[in-house]
Amino acid sequence: MSAVMITRKVTRKWEKLPGKNTFCCDGRVMMGRQKGVFYLTLFLIVGTCSLFFAFECPYLAVHLSPAIPVFAVLLFVFVMAMLLRTSFSDPGVLPRALPEEANFIEMEIEAANGNVMAGQRPPPRIKNVQINNQIVKLKYCYTCKIFRPPRASHCSICDNCVDRFDHHCPWVGNCVGKRNYRYFYLFTLSLSLLTIYIFAFNIVHVVLRSVDSGFVNTIKETPGTVLEVLVCFFTLWSVVGLTGFHTYLISLNQTTNEDIKGSWSGKNRVQNPYSHKSIIKNCCEVLCSPTYPSVLDRRGVMLEDLSSPTPSDASAASTHQSSNPVSQTTKSSAPLIPNEHTPDEAKPGIGSGTQKSTSSPKEEKPPSPTSPNAVAPAVIKESSH
Amino acid sequence: MFTREKQGFERKKLMHCLQCFHNLQELRHSASLATKVFIQRDYRDGTICKFQTKFPAELDSRIERSLFEETLKTLNCYYAEAEKIGGQSYLEGCLACATAYIIFLCMETRYEMILKKISMYIQEQNEKIYAPRGLLLTDPVERGMRVVSFAKSQDGFLKRWHHLERAKHDL
Repeated sequence: MSAVMITRKVTRKWEKLPGKNTFCCDGRVMMGRQKGVFYLTLFLIVGTCSLFFAFECPYLAVHLSPAIPVFAVLLFVFVMAMLLRTSFSDPGVLPRALPEEANFIEMEIEAANGNVMAGQRPPPRIKNVQINNQIVKLKYCYTCKIFRPPRASHCSICDNCVDRFDHHCPWVGNCVGKRNYRYFYLFTLSLSLLTIYIFAFNIVHVVLRSVDSGFVNTIKETPGTVLEVLVCFFTLWSVVGLTGFHTYLISLNQTTNEDIKGSWSGKNRVQNPYSHKSIIKNCCEVLCSPTYPSVLDRRGVMLEDLSSPTPSDASAASTHQSSNPVSQTTKSSAPLIPNEHTPDEAKPGIGSGTQKSTSSPKEEKPPSPTSPNAVAPAVIKESSH
Repeated sequence: MFTREKQGFERKKLMHCLQCFHNLQELRHSASLATKVFIQRDYRDGTICKFQTKFPAELDSRIERSLFEETLKTLNCYYAEAEKIGGQSYLEGCLACATAYIIFLCMETRYEMILKKISMYIQEQNEKIYAPRGLLLTDPVERGMRVVSFAKSQDGFLKRWHHLERAKHDL
């Protein structure tokens, strides 16, 4: 009875992605680099809700209605789901250009700019496109080596170009972009509702109990109330304000980034070419448009070179030389115009390995698009019975 | 006796698997050595996914303009269908929101289903039209939906492509 087992260490694409994202659960979860404030957000929400369920809910369920804690649980679950969805999903990162594409773009730029005299600064790399009868300038990203699509922007914290970039939110520990903007909005909206709910029922609880036992005794019996009221009071102003601001942006079909830069402020007769001129249509587009899949393919398997035996140790660097044959050689005559912005990481195809942090509680199914190319089986096991 | 035959068959299948994988490697490798032509996005109608249908001069000698335009128009139609904001997208959005988007852990979105259709269409186009002319069309989803790329090669893609497709059918 012999068992022949050929195991190959599978390198997934997320391990080789450039940029400063953190990946968990073997590429299923994708976050920004700094997570401290995200943990604070989690702590505040979970902590406050736990206090509410522990101190207020028993009393209110008995004296008012059992629907109160039930609704609070539903709201809490929704808030957590939205927060985790916003934090753990790909915001709409645009993959960097592979060498062939980068060279092709360089050739186009050279052709467009003509000869630059020695010592003169080359003209800025901008492409003008007409969108809905409005001229929009597309800027060139020196890190990603692409002309950024309209509404995309480069996040310096995550070191990625993100499609329909809104802002990088430290509270959720991730960028907010095309793919997770609706989750972010629903998170702020539901959190506002939850905060108002908890705040209101705290007040109701204190009033009801004070009628029976007096105010000081009430505070002694349920000390968590004070903490909850404090947290809710300060959260209320910021979160409700944020929700209102984003509702305004959605109705105009603008991003925070565009609002801050004043891209469509109306001077020089510049108007927002993406707006449908109707609040309902704008809201529908932002909140009800189809869910856009991730183009990063984090969980795709890197093709390894079969001819050279690679040691199957944990280090991903061992597969660095032999992986991704697409980026090896290209036949292109355009010399790369050196620029001062190109960091070392932006070398063709493969960047440095990303950090791997400890596993997180929630797993998210990656909406990775199917690729027509085959995928290597991880373990090919042959045994006789 | 039967198990020994089965063992032999399994071993052959395994070697065949590895051989096909090696062929795919070769194909991709030769695609990387080829000159590439990139078709950029067309942003005139906004940020929807649409590619320019202007026929590039580099492909003039390789393929007829009508075939190229037809492929790109079909691709644009697929993407337009995927990004259409209508009854189905509302329904999907509302249902997903009501379940706190947990349903997306079990269900594929409409966009993903259409992307699968697109990749099958591209495969079919490569087989029938582009590989015989020494071209290979790559799925834009592999390039971040930025470009549709055509790889031109002198050595025959066709032979290797057919071998690969036959091997896939055998499996």
